[in-house]
Amino acid sequence: MSGSTDRLGRLLNLVPYLLARPGVAVERAAADLDVTPRQLRDDLELLWVCGLPGYGPGDLIDMALDGDRVTITYDAGIDRPLRLTRDEALALVVALRMLAEMPGVGHGEMIGRALAKIENAAGEHADAAVTVRLSGDKERLEELRGAVERRRALRITYYTATRDESSERVVDPMRVLVVGGRAYLEAWCRRAEAVRLFRVDRIDASTELDSPAAPPPQARPTDVRDGVFSPAPDAPLVTLRVGRGARWITEYYPCTEVREEPGEHWLVSLHASDLGWARRLALGLGPEVSVLAPPELAAAVGAEARAALAAYEAADPSQY
Amino acid sequence: MSRSRTERLVNLVICLLSTRRFLTASQIAATVPGYEHDPADPRDHEAFQRKFERDKAELRDLGVPLETGTTSAFDFEPGYRIARREYALPDVHLEPDEAAAVGIAARLWQHAGLAAAASSGLVKLRAAGIDVDPHATLGVEPMVTVDPAFEPLTAAVRDRQAVTFDYRVPEEDSATRRSLQAWGVVCWRGRWYTVGHDLDRDAARCFRLSRIVGAVRRSGPPGAYDPPEVDLITYVARWSGPVERPGRASVLVRPGRGVGIRRHAESVQHGADGTGPDGDDLLTLRYADAESLAGWLVGYGADVRVVDPPEVRDFVIKRLHEISAAHPGVAAPAGTAPREAVR
Repeated sequence: MSGSTDRLGRLLNLVPYLLARPGVAVERAAADLDVTPRQLRDDLELLWVCGLPGYGPGDLIDMALDGDRVTITYDAGIDRPLRLTRDEALALVVALRMLAEMPGVGHGEMIGRALAKIENAAGEHADAAVTVRLSGDKERLEELRGAVERRRALRITYYTATRDESSERVVDPMRVLVVGGRAYLEAWCRRAEAVRLFRVDRIDASTELDSPAAPPPQARPTDVRDGVFSPAPDAPLVTLRVGRGARWITEYYPCTEVREEPGEHWLVSLHASDLGWARRLALGLGPEVSVLAPPELAAAVGAEARAALAAYEAADPSQY
Repeated sequence: MSRSRTERLVNLVICLLSTRRFLTASQIAATVPGYEHDPADPRDHEAFQRKFERDKAELRDLGVPLETGTTSAFDFEPGYRIARREYALPDVHLEPDEAAAVGIAARLWQHAGLAAAASSGLVKLRAAGIDVDPHATLGVEPMVTVDPAFEPLTAAVRDRQAVTFDYRVPEEDSATRRSLQAWGVVCWRGRWYTVGHDLDRDAARCFRLSRIVGAVRRSGPPGAYDPPEVDLITYVARWSGPVERPGRASVLVRPGRGVGIRRHAESVQHGADGTGPDGDDLLTLRYADAESLAGWLVGYGADVRVVDPPEVRDFVIKRLHEISAAHPGVAAPAGTAPREAVR
């Protein structure tokens, strides 16, 4: 939709909005309608000269401005907002279906009611052939969501895949997020003294503590618009030569570059926050990948494979 | 849009909403301010017609349902009006908690276009008198993102119109053109899929939206098919669902190492089995596929050694040899194979 159409749509919404709220403050109306108070006053001024054919004093939209408060006294027939467009209906219906998939005592039923009403209001546009299903451990998710709601601190056992470590920490829950089908607990980590996103499927145990959750004022929600994985700028860049069978990693990990070589191989570059993790990745992908850079990673992968072979040999020399 | 044009369009909407008769273009020109012109002057008249066409397009873009027709059999020129029933948002009554849920839902979109659509939809609900608490939270927030193919595919499903697109799976070297009568779009475990009747394969197929390359094009007439009454989730889940894990493997893991493996162990015997040096722990793992288990275990290198079954152990050893050959090691003197060095 063009910016020019926006204003027309806004004006057509403005009259019914004001009609439903006699004496509403300009500031609040502006916030509700996603405009600045200045734009809203400008819109009101424009509406003042619009109305029914005849365009006499009794035909024009009329309103009473009392300081900061405004009341519509004549609506010229635009007493209802326009119906939802297809995209508006789609956006609201799909997001509500997504929300309905989230666990939460009583919430599911309430969201179901809201969804039914929006679908009803959207009419033919509600027939969006979009189905949403989340999977995973809903009980754990509900447990964590409950802790967020009750504002209680948690002691969690968390597995850090990048370092292949398990640790216990006390965290102050902030919210539960689901990004790309994966659930995360966002919390202030008292050990790291920073906001952290903990993957719910890597929280191996959690206990609600008696102490309240108290994230410090500097604890701000993470901006996840570009995904949850944001490597430190100094994270080493790893380049792998990838065969057909391991090309799936380009769909799974955020890659900085994917170059297709003649033949079946791809050159894939990605930031690894930990070289130990990169070594496990390369070893796990086996013969399908070889490490091109950094050289110390290539050396570590080869050395690790040989050390592992040596252990098999030591355990059962007859095999060799 | 200029102020005068906005004013003209608001007046046009009010005028067409208030009339029960269809108004012809010339009647509208004589009524609504901003269309004044001399119908006898061909250039002036043509300018009016262009202006009116642009305005009608603008209204349609906004979703204003313009009706065309004639009021009586004696009218030759079709006219315009807006049916209030089609124009207005039907009555919606949301309880405060329901309104809050809609408000939360509208904030979930991470996709710019649909985020804007969600908030303009929310503004319409507010205009209908519904108060939405902007600070409400449910404690859990799913972020909704979609692939570019989402909008064209949902629109094609609605219109029952076949589509063609280029589809590329990573294992293939180039994209292939696919023709599909799409039945619906499914979000399964955070990824988007479409399921439908593949016209070339003449069978039901499932496609991942992120693998669609370039544009989704419509082909053939709308209303060309009826989607069957099936649960699309089942299709997608069958395609990428969970698997049984009937196999059991025993692996030795160095103390304190291989934490990622320990998390998935069915049982852990601490340093007790006696076969491992330095008191390794003996873990039992459930698995479905020997080769994928082997691949995963190889990731942990020398920290883990497979004891049983032989098929897993052999896979691991084979892979280790291949990896070793692919990463010969820069410091090793020529001619000294590391295995020889161990002996």
